[in-house]
Amino acid sequence: MSKPSPIRSGSRAGSLLWPAIGLVALLAGNLVFSPGFFHLEIRDGHVYGTLIDILNQGTRVMLLSLGMTLVIATGGVDLSVGSVMAVAGAVAASMVVRGSAPFGVVIAASLAVSALAGLLNGCLVVYARIQPIVATLILMVAGRGAAMLVADGQILTFEHPGFVFLGNGHFLGMPFTLTLAALALGATAWATRRTALGLFLESIGDNERAARFCGVETSRVKLFVYAFSGVCAGLAGLVAASNIKAADSSRAGEMLELDAILAVVVGGTTLTGGRFSLIGSMLGALIIQTLTTTLYNWGLPPAVAPVPKAIVILSVCLMQSPQFRERLSFARPQPKGSA
Amino acid sequence: MPLSLLKPFAPSIRFTLSIRRTLHALIATGLLAPCLVRAAQPRLTIGFSQVGAESAWRTAETESIKSEGAKRGVTLKFSDAQGRQENQIKALRSFIAQKVDAIILAPVVETGWEPVLRDAKRAKIPVVLVDRGVKVSDESLFATLIASDFIAEGRMAAEWLAKKAGGKARIVELQGTPGAAPAIDRKKGFEAGLASEPGMRIIASQSGDFRRANGKEVMEALIKKHGSEITAVYAHNDDMAIGAIQAIEESGRKPGSDVIVLSIDGVRGAFEAMVAGKLNCTVECNPLLGPLAFDAAEKAVSGAALPKKTIVPDRVFDQSTAKSVIASRQY
Repeated sequence: MSKPSPIRSGSRAGSLLWPAIGLVALLAGNLVFSPGFFHLEIRDGHVYGTLIDILNQGTRVMLLSLGMTLVIATGGVDLSVGSVMAVAGAVAASMVVRGSAPFGVVIAASLAVSALAGLLNGCLVVYARIQPIVATLILMVAGRGAAMLVADGQILTFEHPGFVFLGNGHFLGMPFTLTLAALALGATAWATRRTALGLFLESIGDNERAARFCGVETSRVKLFVYAFSGVCAGLAGLVAASNIKAADSSRAGEMLELDAILAVVVGGTTLTGGRFSLIGSMLGALIIQTLTTTLYNWGLPPAVAPVPKAIVILSVCLMQSPQFRERLSFARPQPKGSA
Repeated sequence: MPLSLLKPFAPSIRFTLSIRRTLHALIATGLLAPCLVRAAQPRLTIGFSQVGAESAWRTAETESIKSEGAKRGVTLKFSDAQGRQENQIKALRSFIAQKVDAIILAPVVETGWEPVLRDAKRAKIPVVLVDRGVKVSDESLFATLIASDFIAEGRMAAEWLAKKAGGKARIVELQGTPGAAPAIDRKKGFEAGLASEPGMRIIASQSGDFRRANGKEVMEALIKKHGSEITAVYAHNDDMAIGAIQAIEESGRKPGSDVIVLSIDGVRGAFEAMVAGKLNCTVECNPLLGPLAFDAAEKAVSGAALPKKTIVPDRVFDQSTAKSVIASRQY
């Protein structure tokens, strides 16, 4: 009898099971309670409906959570992603408004700035040995100030067709943001599952010192993941700014770092690092967005809306805990035995 | 020569040639004229304790008070509390120690002002409150409160909409951040304004958190649910309305004609949207409190009686007035 390794089968399959159940349960609830939720139609040559909105609005957190998953896999965390979004949006918008550079250069410059911001986080973590939560907190606070500086404290609005397309355009009848998210997911999945990078990340998260003794270049890998998280945040920032045709430096991406961390955790990656699941994080991001849209749809007063949100997320997290599930299954037969 | 006129103003810079030249230029262009006229009267020294610089609205308010002070030749002592009450109390105590003639205070919170206001009263320094009130047991502790009335803003929006829509509308309300005073009062005022209009119904009311992106996201969701039933959108601030306008456009309807859109604040972006015909109306929440604040402070110093509350007159701007006003908007 060859039993599969309990750790491997338990965490990878299990980690996807519960977020998937959560998402399906949410959608099933909507099937019953909100008529029209699944209504899709073709309008102006593209698909139109609530589900499309969820996918489209969900891309920002999806993009953020891609980078966040890798950072968390190494046992770190990146609080600065929301501010980096604001910086990326402000850089791109100010360049587009000035109209001096071709659009490709604008995108490249904006993503390069985001990568630099991420690299700065990485340097603080790797070389200054500051705890990730503190190191990235610095940029979380300072980044928004930098974005305000770039945008001169204004909300920069633009009508540049290429930039507007990024967050509002359609490709193959679906929002272009989906293509973008799919490409980003594909590239990340390929890099982490088809190369040794994923193994390096998990080994650093499990035991950094052991990984280093085994010859993993831990510093370089960590620098890379923070820079990568910066690029993901930059991409999300471009999409967010494009979506509202404006770079709102003071409010863009505000508190979105928490949504990204939540998506990763709901998706089954633990904050202590090690094993991670990109698909899980995508499911987590979709759960968060579906919840938000559902609450708008049900017309719940905004003051109480966070409560059902918390309940759903808490139950998904609890169901992922083996101890909690064990206790649930113990709780059921016990009364029978004692009676 | 102009130099002799400058003496009382610039004792320390009298010998700096370049600055002197600048002052000459300023006098020539008439910018310093009000100061010169007022030089005969004793100059007031006024302390101003501001909450911070968290929004464009707040910056506009600070700018208004600073420039009005300069215009009136007042020596203004400015203190930015960076959002903390203890900094404001410290600033007030230092103003009292410096024996200023009056204090202007934009309080960060409502409570905890009693002791320091009592000190100010004992030193016979009148305190003028701007944009937010304080809770004190004795109303004589401050001279007056100068503020916008958020409830009135909501009511004005409702009245304008009822008139525009002919008493019949299906309205989506985009609320501000849950719990924030402007969000609560703008909702309350709007509902009160609609109370006598049975044909005007709010069919959905959700929070867009005063943000452009959330205004758009919420509107997208509500359009999917209510579709063409929606005939009007009322947003608690301009940013959310601008977001909602984009969502309406993407659904294939025309904001401004198919759907009436109105909001509150009156920032520049709203005027641009009105000129483009996409926003119908904005109720101004005026941050330019400078003139009113100094009027009140001067009156209080001279011992004249003041009403306990001075409401800043808010105005309704719609597409017909937007074009002529947009150039003169300062924020």
